[in-house]
Amino acid sequence: MNWLHRHRGLVPYLLLAPGLAWLAVFFLVPLGFLSYQSLQSGTFDFGFVFDWAFYNYWDAITRYEDHLIRSFVYAGLATAIALVVSYPLAYWIAFRGGRWKNLFLLMIIAPFFVTYLIRTLAWQNILADQGMVVGILRDLHILDSDGRLLATSTAVVAGITYNFLPFMALPLYVSLEAIDHRLIEAAQDLYASKAKAFLRVTLPLSLPGIFAGTLLTFIPAAGDFINAQLLGTPKQHMIGNVIQSKFLELIDYPEAAALSLLLMAFILVGVLAYSRALGSERLTG
Amino acid sequence: MTAAIRRHALTVYAMLAFAYLLLPIAVVIAFSFNDPKGRFNYVWQGFTLDNWRNWNAVPGLSDSIVLSLEVAAISSVVATALGTLIALALVRHRFYGRGTTNFLIFLPMSTPEIVLGASLLALFLNLQFATGFTTILIAHIMFNISYVVVTVKARLVGFDRHLEEAAMDLGANEFTTFRKVTLPLIAPAILAGLFLAFALSVDDFVITYFNAGAETTFPLFVWGAARVGAPPQVNVIGTAIFVLALAAMAANIALQSRRARQAKGLT
Repeated sequence: MNWLHRHRGLVPYLLLAPGLAWLAVFFLVPLGFLSYQSLQSGTFDFGFVFDWAFYNYWDAITRYEDHLIRSFVYAGLATAIALVVSYPLAYWIAFRGGRWKNLFLLMIIAPFFVTYLIRTLAWQNILADQGMVVGILRDLHILDSDGRLLATSTAVVAGITYNFLPFMALPLYVSLEAIDHRLIEAAQDLYASKAKAFLRVTLPLSLPGIFAGTLLTFIPAAGDFINAQLLGTPKQHMIGNVIQSKFLELIDYPEAAALSLLLMAFILVGVLAYSRALGSERLTG
Repeated sequence: MTAAIRRHALTVYAMLAFAYLLLPIAVVIAFSFNDPKGRFNYVWQGFTLDNWRNWNAVPGLSDSIVLSLEVAAISSVVATALGTLIALALVRHRFYGRGTTNFLIFLPMSTPEIVLGASLLALFLNLQFATGFTTILIAHIMFNISYVVVTVKARLVGFDRHLEEAAMDLGANEFTTFRKVTLPLIAPAILAGLFLAFALSVDDFVITYFNAGAETTFPLFVWGAARVGAPPQVNVIGTAIFVLALAAMAANIALQSRRARQAKGLT
């Protein structure tokens, strides 16, 4: 105790040391090993050798261009749909929720209480050919009489949207809830129409929520492979499916590692560009 | 008039959104009572309690649940200890390297799970460390630390340091102050972190899938079962987890509003 007293400046570092060491050894160092692996060549049978095989990256991009594009298109669609679905919902809870706000928030995160895989399997149920939804859509002639939902892009995007929607709704709610209602009243007192008050006051003030929500939805969505696996066919497979099968089934470690790092790099570039565009230095402070 | 319509339109929209959020949960619960004729639990065939009565009839299911609970218990306690210390340092101390620390905490949360899983596997492969129980634990502690830090930090902000100073003024040394004043005050924050870590651990599939070796946690069991048609017992366990999580959440909310009322009564 006395020793600590004399070296007060050390206290924060002692507090940080064990946790940060864990993250360094099991998060940062592994990323280094992933990079190392991505530059190896060879096969599983003959062994992999590190020889600066940068062509793994080129191979990965040219061979799996479709999967990469599909991942970002699906993730983008899912993020956009989640935003459209959750914004009015979060707005309604924040402004009309009254004393039941906590209950409504609980309903938003309720899907998280069902294991990820099980709630995705539930969508298999709902969208199945013999299921109710397909039946109704066929009767309404929105789907052909032999039209399907399961095993289509629609099902995969719907599944991704559903699974990550709470990540969108919660930050939106937090930013909408924090808005001072007097600002909106002031705008209306100054003869702004309701729509205009929303566009000029509410929407800009909720931008931090939109920013956080889109990132929290997009990042896991782009790396997902469970929805494509359970709700789609190989035609809907995303980059996550390729990484997973190359790592665990085909044992093609170098290319799997290269694909993982490419995924991470593309997401990082996307996030940076996006925060530039939204001017996030101002948003996040 | 138009305002009234708009008001109702928004409410109707919100209700539809809630229906969309809750529909799959209803399906999971309903199909835990289904009596499927074949391998596939897709179509409603009739009500039965058999799946609940014989929840353990599927080989491997109960082992996977036990493993998931073990992993969640150990990893959430370790991650909460490590994460709470980091949160304490970040909230209560000014030190060189804060920005870097915050960034390092933020990074794993913004990395896709598949990259976290793949990179850990790359580490274990290259060090020729066999994957199994230990590697699952290592992985779960790793991804939980950041979430604990964020959760505990959020609750520590606004902590009244005067209470500690008062204890010290009254002659308590640092250790006694920490044990008698600080710890009871931050206990709800630590508990919140612990619950979150436990829940994330039980639910994790992707990172575990890469680092489990021959071990099978509950989500891994579901994944394997889904390939040949998941039995209704999976829905039984899913429903049970849902109900337990909901109960824990409701108890937490009730506790907090009681504390809030008590605090109001005091001032």
